Amino acid sequence: MKRNLLAVLLTALAAFGISALLINVMERKQEARNPFFRVVDINDGIDDPAQWGRNFPLHYDSYKRTVDVERTRYGGSEGLPKSQSKIEEDPRLKKMWLGYAFSVDFREERGHAYMLIDQQNTRRVTEFKQPGTCLNCHASTYTTYKKLGDGDIFKGFEALNKLTYSEAVSHVKHPVSCIDCHDPATMQLRITRPAFIEGIRAYKASAGVQNYDPNTMASAQEMRSFVCGQCHVEYYFKGEGKRLTFPWHKGLKVDQIMAYYDEVKHTDFTHKESGAPVLKAQHPEFEMYNQGVHARSGVSCADCHMPYKREGAMKISDHHVRSPMLNINRACQGCHHFSEQEMKDRVETIQTRFVHTRNLAMDALMELIDDTRAAREAGAAEATLSKAWQQQRKAQFFLDFVEAENSTGFHAPQEAMRILAESVDSSRKGQIALRGSAQRSSR
Amino acid sequence: MAQPRGSILTAVLAALWGVFLGVGVFTFGYARGGSYLTDDPAACANCHVMRDQYAGWMKASHRKAAVCNDCHAPAGPLAKYATKAINGFFHSWAFTTGLFPDRIQITGRNFRVTEGACLKCHAEITAGFATHRERTGCLNCHAGVGHMN
Repeated sequence: MKRNLLAVLLTALAAFGISALLINVMERKQEARNPFFRVVDINDGIDDPAQWGRNFPLHYDSYKRTVDVERTRYGGSEGLPKSQSKIEEDPRLKKMWLGYAFSVDFREERGHAYMLIDQQNTRRVTEFKQPGTCLNCHASTYTTYKKLGDGDIFKGFEALNKLTYSEAVSHVKHPVSCIDCHDPATMQLRITRPAFIEGIRAYKASAGVQNYDPNTMASAQEMRSFVCGQCHVEYYFKGEGKRLTFPWHKGLKVDQIMAYYDEVKHTDFTHKESGAPVLKAQHPEFEMYNQGVHARSGVSCADCHMPYKREGAMKISDHHVRSPMLNINRACQGCHHFSEQEMKDRVETIQTRFVHTRNLAMDALMELIDDTRAAREAGAAEATLSKAWQQQRKAQFFLDFVEAENSTGFHAPQEAMRILAESVDSSRKGQIALRGSAQRSSR
Repeated sequence: MAQPRGSILTAVLAALWGVFLGVGVFTFGYARGGSYLTDDPAACANCHVMRDQYAGWMKASHRKAAVCNDCHAPAGPLAKYATKAINGFFHSWAFTTGLFPDRIQITGRNFRVTEGACLKCHAEITAGFATHRERTGCLNCHAGVGHMN
């Protein structure tokens, strides 16, 4: 009898398992039959991601997860009051930016969901006068461009740039949204930011390709990086119209960007202690990635930051944009056949070496700033100071370029190390220029 | 008392066996179980999870020389069908529970089967090699020959 009871249990268990398998197979087959249901009609005027989300609930669900609070070894995404204040953490940054708003407030950034609210709350915006240009990359602005420009995004772009920040912010509602990267009719990727269209055209022209248009000439794989390159780039505000401009006219490398700034005589601020006319670099992820081995191998931003994931029978790209270090299996292991731990170790080895060298470059720059200030106070000649200023301008821009870049050196490890080496070289050359003058003046 | 209770249990058992067999046979048919007894690579892509590998194999150099089973099942009918049965069970388990990574990882046993297939077909070249399995197998360098991904 006991044996009978056991057999009943085992058979029931097996029947249970087979039924679970049957239902699973059935669900997958059903999902594969119709991957998309049109619930609402989406047109070119809808910037509300929730509307798009009704047709694409899986994508929308992952998009909404960019509110996550997670840490990697060198990065994080905590909000106030716990958010990582980089200038408190490393006071050398504060000293590097003395005379500029970044010396007042600079924090580790959070996920896409917070781009608009965090910009409205940073002291760089609340305590300083900023133009509407800032919103080009902190809000969903495609429909705003169309409204302000009567259907012409370039006219709308110019109108937005000319507004004050507080005026401009009343014209936007959402952080970056579906319509900023997707065509509502075909869902294909498209470029909506005039600054990128102008920037990539100037860059391609420098390489001999005239009248380049990413929306008609880029491959699907290129677009998977270009859409990110609309914002994750170095930029400046050009002229009275505060036109958002990507300095790619000579190329994407830091040297070429600085050569452009020198040519157009652009300076972001005068350093408060040394008096040097210096530049502030801004998150040049797109430019640095383009110098690395992943770009060279044809891997796009989205391949690692929005890797494909499975939802039942569906394969979708993960719209929870985040550090690949939080998603190693999907982000890395499709190509790299090593364990998750091994992949993580490789990345952290690169980043730890980068941070070490970055600290050396930072110390060298601090010493140059101290020496220049001392020389200035001692009444050194303008010609001598000018030599030191030129070296500080380069040393600081090169260091800031990889410091502001959000990968702790990973996007292009060797290029990052080269840039830091050039930075140290310039800081020390600046000190030598001053030392020579001190010896001469003391005679 | 024992007699009638025993016969009720036997009846329940018989009914359960019937349900088990019925659902089992239906599932086998519905999930195209028969296709797994063949060498047709399309059968391996019955499941959506294998589409990348199937598409990769279509473009890979070994498409002319080998089907899935040539590399992923050992030689000899007994070993071959035993491997299919073991993998079939664990695949069903993984899909039903959902406990597997999106970028699927080969297990130790299946890795050894595949490395064995390299050495078997390419014996003329590899006979003199002392391989250090796991750490540096054929596939560490020749990862793309069967299928990328």
